[in-house]
Amino acid sequence: MSEPAGPLDYLRRWPIQAWLAAVVVFLYAPLITLMAFSFNVSKRNIVWRGFTLDWYRAAFQDSDLIAAFGNSLTIAAVSTLASVALGALTALLLWRFRFPFKAALEGALGLPIVVPEICMGVAMLVFFTQILPWPTTLAWPLNLGAIIISHISFSFSFVAIVIRGRLASFNRELEEAARDLGAGEWRIFWDVLVPHMRPGLLAGALLAFTLSLDDFVITFFTSGPDTTTFPIKVYSMVRFSVTPEVNAASTLLIVITVALTAVALRLSGGAVATIEAGEGL
Amino acid sequence: MDESWRKAKAVFAVLGGPPVLWLLAFFLVPLGVIWGYSFGENRSLTEIAINGTFGNYVHAIKPLYLGIILKSFWFAAITTALCLVVGFPVAIAITFASEKTKAWLLLLIMLPFWTNLLIRTYALMAVLRDEGYINFALGWVWNGLSHVTALAGHPLAPFQPLPMLHNNFAVVFGLVYVQLPFMVLPLYAALDRLDRSLLEASLDLGAGHLTTFARVVVPLAMPGIVSGVLVTLIPSVGAYLTPDLLGGPSSQMIANVIERQFKTANDWPFGAALSFLLMYMTFVALAVQAIVSRGRARRAA
Repeated sequence: MSEPAGPLDYLRRWPIQAWLAAVVVFLYAPLITLMAFSFNVSKRNIVWRGFTLDWYRAAFQDSDLIAAFGNSLTIAAVSTLASVALGALTALLLWRFRFPFKAALEGALGLPIVVPEICMGVAMLVFFTQILPWPTTLAWPLNLGAIIISHISFSFSFVAIVIRGRLASFNRELEEAARDLGAGEWRIFWDVLVPHMRPGLLAGALLAFTLSLDDFVITFFTSGPDTTTFPIKVYSMVRFSVTPEVNAASTLLIVITVALTAVALRLSGGAVATIEAGEGL
Repeated sequence: MDESWRKAKAVFAVLGGPPVLWLLAFFLVPLGVIWGYSFGENRSLTEIAINGTFGNYVHAIKPLYLGIILKSFWFAAITTALCLVVGFPVAIAITFASEKTKAWLLLLIMLPFWTNLLIRTYALMAVLRDEGYINFALGWVWNGLSHVTALAGHPLAPFQPLPMLHNNFAVVFGLVYVQLPFMVLPLYAALDRLDRSLLEASLDLGAGHLTTFARVVVPLAMPGIVSGVLVTLIPSVGAYLTPDLLGGPSSQMIANVIERQFKTANDWPFGAALSFLLMYMTFVALAVQAIVSRGRARRAA
């Protein structure tokens, strides 16, 4: 650190440092105060009156909130499984084959990533009322079907990109060797390709899980009164007022998603971050 | 290995069948239905006739709605400009950091982005509202000043909170807050690929840092700037939650109007036309990006 700053060591110039610090404060201060005030005794939520876990207790005793959270986890789990399966098939298809309209298929697969959420939301609303009316009287968890299907539709393209990225590093000679040694398609897939894809499958799964858990807009258009998810429930609470109970529930969700994404990032070596940020366009 | 699909038709069908059918049935068909509705009209409460009318699109460019569309673009443009100004120094700082610091800085910028959009918006409500942290701090300073001036016999008027929530300011503030990481990452990706010897040459030849920035860094980073602008602009134009929670009655954007057509006003064909206007704009933006990057690639070749 004692060596003199080179001409391009911008990070060691104070205006850049000050700028960076200001941006970090801008990004973090609202979230950190939100989390801090979930432990505050005062209901007015602005002056610190002492530490408490009461708001977490209140959140855990709110049966609607817990039901919504259960719905969210169920939807995320099912849509993750399906998205990984569909994403893996898509990735293998595009990786292995040359076929007519391949560019068109790639373009269509990119659509769920670029289409504005509101458009996809209303499309799903219309689809599940006019084309495939989803019965609202089905037993749980079948009544979540419409939401799950929509979540799979917007996540599996993301998963396909992650897995395809992983497949790019596959050594084709391994496949040929397996084939020469008499392995069939199924055996090659299961014993050679799947082990190589595993980090991509895991990263894709975690990405699909967080995408599903986080989604508000598309779920907003596909959920009914009995199929509330966690973000939808928080939204209805937020509309009424700013309360520490919402802070507590939000803090829990922040911790869960950040932990999951950190694991995904570690597994995929950064691919997830760039895709989420729209590099996958 | 680009194997022809004819060589292993069964495998091709097994791999391609499920994803293609899913995409068709649960994504392209829903969008197609909306597209069809955008050329239809309400016959009764539940029946919509698709009769090829352009009436919904004509309706959408009437002054009231055209104003909202233009306002959405205006908000998105201000947001994008602010993100570019705020994000560029950040991207530069990340680019020229050491490998280890770089990873940490990227994480620092990305982390808020992984938290739920709704929660981030809610966090801003707590900051900006009349009883929020900023007004609380301002009120505290004001009252302190008032005590001082009271000693001189002239106490200040009681503190009036600054209105920062439920107005246009809050919407743009919220959009910048939400979109900033989208801008920083493509900028960083472009700057990181930049040949540093060009910058050093420019500095050695006597150009200052600002001249080097304007005449070397910006032109070379143009592809990153274009994609950063697009990934910020497109979601901003179609933002729903931010104007809904942070905006006031006069800061509604196109997505809020679309939502109202489907959920309360029950004018699906008109809502469909508005959604597809948003989609057409997205496609135009993506086409622009494709043309820009293709033009650059050709010039580089």
